[in-house]
Amino acid sequence: MSETGVQSGEIHERGNTALNNAHLQDAYRSSTLRLYTNRRDASNLVPGFERLRDRARELKHEVMEHLDEYLAQFADNVERNGGHVHWARTSEQACSIIIELAKKAGGREVVKGKTMVSEEIELNHALDAAGIRAVETDLGEFILQLAGERPAHIVAPAIHKTRQDVSDLFVANLHSQPTAEPERLTMIARKALREMFQKAGMGLSGANFIVADTGTVVVIENEGNIRFCTTAPRIHVALVGIEKIIPRLTDLGVFLRLLGRSGTGQKLTSYTSLLTGPRRAGEDGPDEMHVVLLDNGRIATLADEKMREALFCIRCGACLNACPVYRKIGGHAYGWVYSGPIGALITPQFTGLSGARELPFASSLCGACRDVCPVKINIPDLLLHLRSNVQEQTPAPKPPGSLVKERTAMRAWAWVMKRPRIYALASSLARLGQRLYARQGWIRHVSAFPLSRWTEGRDLPALAPESFHTWWRKHETEK
Amino acid sequence: MAQQKLRAAFFITCLGDQFFPRVGECAVKVLRRLGVEVTFDTAQTCCGQPAFNTGFRDEAREVAAHVLDQYRDAEYVIAPSGSCTTMVRVFYPELFADDPERLRQALELKKRFFEFSEFIVKVLKVEDVGASFPRRVTYHDSCHLLRELGIEQEPRKLIGAVRGIKLVEMQDNQLCCGFGGTFSVKFPEVSVAMAEDKLRAASLAGAEILVANDSGCLMHLAGVIHRQGLPLQTMHLAELLAKQE
Repeated sequence: MSETGVQSGEIHERGNTALNNAHLQDAYRSSTLRLYTNRRDASNLVPGFERLRDRARELKHEVMEHLDEYLAQFADNVERNGGHVHWARTSEQACSIIIELAKKAGGREVVKGKTMVSEEIELNHALDAAGIRAVETDLGEFILQLAGERPAHIVAPAIHKTRQDVSDLFVANLHSQPTAEPERLTMIARKALREMFQKAGMGLSGANFIVADTGTVVVIENEGNIRFCTTAPRIHVALVGIEKIIPRLTDLGVFLRLLGRSGTGQKLTSYTSLLTGPRRAGEDGPDEMHVVLLDNGRIATLADEKMREALFCIRCGACLNACPVYRKIGGHAYGWVYSGPIGALITPQFTGLSGARELPFASSLCGACRDVCPVKINIPDLLLHLRSNVQEQTPAPKPPGSLVKERTAMRAWAWVMKRPRIYALASSLARLGQRLYARQGWIRHVSAFPLSRWTEGRDLPALAPESFHTWWRKHETEK
Repeated sequence: MAQQKLRAAFFITCLGDQFFPRVGECAVKVLRRLGVEVTFDTAQTCCGQPAFNTGFRDEAREVAAHVLDQYRDAEYVIAPSGSCTTMVRVFYPELFADDPERLRQALELKKRFFEFSEFIVKVLKVEDVGASFPRRVTYHDSCHLLRELGIEQEPRKLIGAVRGIKLVEMQDNQLCCGFGGTFSVKFPEVSVAMAEDKLRAASLAGAEILVANDSGCLMHLAGVIHRQGLPLQTMHLAELLAKQE
């Protein structure tokens, strides 16, 4: 059974499990490095890449300022094109809309293209409970469905799986012969999936963009399975977070040039589909096209003037690849669907601060994410903002090994730092106190939090015999 | 050398004051060698970053207000830290966004507050400070210095002008070392693992000494080096520039 709910509170345990697993460390390091390098090389080849990023940011800003108008325009255009729009405030609402449509489609199966939003609303579980089988057709998602796991990465969901892992899963679930050749593994999956495409009454996709002025749903991919899902079954349903909207079709070029390069280093992905309404007479395609527009915490994020910027995200995954913390703890440590720096931002926003209070702290705030973000989201700054929200709104548990709460400790610290004489006194007392601990200028072990956490894996330099203040007084006031 | 005698207040930072006073002594020595009149305000404590970094903005504001009051009249303030300089220049204005008077002070101090290497290269317009040190060193870009302040070439120019020195670049030299303020104690295992990567890169580059401009990174890296007995040393840029060997 695959996991559900938000487990972001377990980030420390899960992160350390990944950290101590050499196999996972190898998988994450090599894959993120490859994607990171690909992005860098691809973006360097585009003159004016910086201007593209600025333009995309401006467009996203424009969208967020007028989200209601653009969404209304989009909905009108979808209807005009012969499609249907459904509004879902919550995950549950989105799931029941989709279940109804699946029942109407008549099939017992739904084929799915890769969609993070469907992971977000835990659609597969809901379909399963309604007696409908969801079949993931993206190779990575197909692997994860067999493994009963969540995506470990926004664009490369099975980033943590090696060829051998995949082979083992296929042998156990599809009774195939063991093989470590990617081509043969792909053929095994392809064979299993072909049948499903033909049987399914409904195809479900996400959307990379939806276009207000034309009512178009844009999906990009490399495998062709999304095009299959959105054209072969009788009904196509696109499940979309409301922040995915862009104003005009003429703006799409800006985003397409950024998305492929930022995600995988591709100029364009192998397939780019622009879906504008169901099939017309004499054409191929689905009889019905539905778009489910999902809020699920996005409007609340929009209402927060500072955090609004997190909705600019186009889900390219570049920030994950650049993040030294993600590379170490891996995607599952974040405990929900979205991982890495952007996951640390939007998980608390979408699922509530209390269950995800540790996430904004899971960053050294180095800013490597901001350097690669195609829409220049100031991720470290937003993480700092969230940290402050977390401390104000959710009660902090006392850290293990600590005598006082973090807030109490910080208050005391600030009280001292505002009083230079007390600071000087504390500085002298600490020098007396450390005599018990220090050996040749180093401290190997401290039992009190937070220094106990420091000395778990590092030594702590002892305080210098005299502070700079003391040195200055001795050497400078004599002159 | 500077034409006019500049007067600058030295901001040692709390970590520097408590753990690395030698960094301060060296910075003062180098600045004086360049003709700067260095002062030190003994009411100085901390810039407030530990509280800000942990999400306690009220507490950070209290300490920041103390700093703003302290340096109201200083011509220049110089800190041997990219991180503390970032706190003052980037985050003070954010902290006081809703307090017009403090915001004005913060924006005003922002113009006069410099990181050590930046001050020497940009304000004094000096690259050769007269140091000599015949060793192989690598330079670690600390994150705030690099990404918030955009200071990348200044330290390298200063190191490059040191007589006898060999500056080698390590792979991924812009990758975080894992310190990250309170991150170092909230996620200690990850923090140390990141340091291990950094130190491995420094060794592979053939460096004997890793140089940086932030006491936080250096304390963290030195702590891992000492725990694991690695054949590598750390050094603050100010210490390096004071060398005349």
